[in-house]
Amino acid sequence: MTKLLDINQLKKSFRQPEGGRLVVLDIPEFQIDKGEQVALIGQSGGGKTTLLHLIAGLLSPDQGSIRIAGHEITGLSEQGRDRFRAETIGYVFQTFNLLPAFTAIENVRLGMAFGSGKHQNARAADLLDRVGLKDRFNYRPSQLSVGQQQRVAIARSLAGRPQLLLADEPTANVDPSSADSVLLLIRDTCREEDVSLLTVTHDMQIASSFDRIEKLDEINQVDHTPASSA
Amino acid sequence: MSLIHIAWRNFCHRALSSFLTTFSLALGVGLVVLVLSIYGVISEAFTRNASVGYNLVVGPKGSPLQLTLNSVFYLSQPIENLPYTEYMEFLPQDERAAMVSQFGGDPELAKRDGRYAPYIAGGFAIPLALGDYFGEFRVVGTTPDFFTELKHGPDVNEDFTFREGRAFQDFSPEHSYFEAVVGARVAKEMKVNLGDKFYPTHGDPSGHGHELGFTVVGILDPTGTPNDRAAFVNLEGFYLMDGHAKPVEATEQSETDDENILDEAIDAEESNETQPTTDTALNNNTPATKGASQGPTEAGTNDAASDSTANSTDARSADEYRLLSIPEREVTSILIRNGNIMFAPGMQNAINEGIRSQAAAPIGEINKLMTFIVGPLMTALLVITVITCIVAAVGILVSIYNSMNDRRRDIAIMRALGARRSTVTSIIVFESFQVALIGTIAGWLLAHAAIVMYSSQIEDQTGVQVSFFTTSNSEILVLPLVLVLALIAALLPAWAAYRTDVGSNLSA
Repeated sequence: MTKLLDINQLKKSFRQPEGGRLVVLDIPEFQIDKGEQVALIGQSGGGKTTLLHLIAGLLSPDQGSIRIAGHEITGLSEQGRDRFRAETIGYVFQTFNLLPAFTAIENVRLGMAFGSGKHQNARAADLLDRVGLKDRFNYRPSQLSVGQQQRVAIARSLAGRPQLLLADEPTANVDPSSADSVLLLIRDTCREEDVSLLTVTHDMQIASSFDRIEKLDEINQVDHTPASSA
Repeated sequence: MSLIHIAWRNFCHRALSSFLTTFSLALGVGLVVLVLSIYGVISEAFTRNASVGYNLVVGPKGSPLQLTLNSVFYLSQPIENLPYTEYMEFLPQDERAAMVSQFGGDPELAKRDGRYAPYIAGGFAIPLALGDYFGEFRVVGTTPDFFTELKHGPDVNEDFTFREGRAFQDFSPEHSYFEAVVGARVAKEMKVNLGDKFYPTHGDPSGHGHELGFTVVGILDPTGTPNDRAAFVNLEGFYLMDGHAKPVEATEQSETDDENILDEAIDAEESNETQPTTDTALNNNTPATKGASQGPTEAGTNDAASDSTANSTDARSADEYRLLSIPEREVTSILIRNGNIMFAPGMQNAINEGIRSQAAAPIGEINKLMTFIVGPLMTALLVITVITCIVAAVGILVSIYNSMNDRRRDIAIMRALGARRSTVTSIIVFESFQVALIGTIAGWLLAHAAIVMYSSQIEDQTGVQVSFFTTSNSEILVLPLVLVLALIAALLPAWAAYRTDVGSNLSA
């Protein structure tokens, strides 16, 4: 299988208010194949979101390599990473993060607004249709249910035809009865679009349905175990 | 989806805040446009009204601006009067001789061309006698030449036309001395019709009324000039009204030594007069007017006018009136057009170097008025209104900056979707530009709507016709100015957008 994501010797630390730096991630290696769907599980504060931000190019690592679809993104400028993200990576947030000023279809079109591709209204409409919101194109987020908002977010994340979809606990804010359908929707849509999927979750039941499960504790060399329980 | 569309969505999302910010800017812009428009109207009114077919106004020594205002615009009070002989200095010998013959005066006046006649050659000199009122409007005593020689309009080539009737004529069996023509606004406001008779008041609108009345024989079409608000009467009729004759005997008796010295100085000046070096000028040997100002005078010269009654004036023949002699006559000012405009500066200098009279170029005086008086006032007003715009621009800054707390998450989301820092910065700037653009357009529309609402009053008061699309040249600078202000106002929030941390705001 072709590696879509290839991480090597990745380290990330943050400056602490009291001085010094807190190392959050130290990942010797981590890969995802093209079309593979991986669930990444770990405890809260373990660096899952930080890892997604690093892969998305929203953060720069202290050291190490992140190659996506053959491109080394750590060597890119911030503008280069922005462009690469717009064209290659989709992102589904835990809190959906729809823009309240925009309608459902406009939110989806935003997913295509910052890349180099054409802003296809038909593509946005098709995606909304596929997530079951054909009759909600012109609804604003405040007029949609929580589940519908997450569906719009999924459609938006795929609008730019990404090769890798990063989902940060996409069902955390969805009621349990809808969680399965949302997850199924993400996975099915990724298959249809031939998009690799890295989903962060702390729910083993959800993770168990994925092609592969990775535990952050195991791939991360940094020990995040609280001192009292050590 | 374009950045402008994104900015527009943000503008609409904060509808109330956006509206209030835009409205305050629109008011500021509206004030600026109003001031510019008013300045344009004032400037045009003064400038075009100073261009009515003559290039100089001659009057007594004093303020040339006051002379221009009272003789061209019928505003302010006349400085003083000039002897009729001063008017005769602009006439050729044959016309002077005819006047001496008709009115009586020093025979010496008939023996030479007027000192300034060579400069006039081909042009005209029209006397004005001011001092009376018809209601609030000035009564202007003048000659029929006023309506045939003077022009008006943007290119100063339009003749006076009459809505009804005709111009008054020189005296004849068919035409009395008491014919009048009224301007369009006078006719409208005083509700005057052809054949009506009016009785001017002396000195000011509430002064005592003359016993002699004038019959309206013509009503002018609107000209957009001060002539719309004047009532023109035959100069001879004007002289016949009580109190309009210069009391020659009394003046002679009370003349002081100083006045004798003045006359001597005038005589000396006249004898040294230099004529223009044209063939026409060289062929005219203009003698000095020694003692020319005093003609034969009889006591009670205006008795005929004083004794007449209003109801019988038109029916009288010329013999029933004792026309004023030349020494009894005065003019307030003289409108001059040189046949060859090249003579104008020389004639103006010659007149101004004299002791008795001055010559003013109306357009030059109005330009001075605009530059040194009206201009600074309008500039001060403009500065105040520009400050209003700056305050409105600060409003844009406050509005957008206050919304930044709400926007940081939106900005972080767009950054996560691939937007660059420069992109989100541009969206903020575009949003500020949208407020500026809408505010400027709305302000311009408000100002011009206000101008249109008052267009009839503006036209009545100034003669300037304004429409919705009447603009001043400076208005085109308003939009760039406001856009620059908007850009400056957007800098701080745009910088905040540029520095927005994606990670912390996405998880907020």
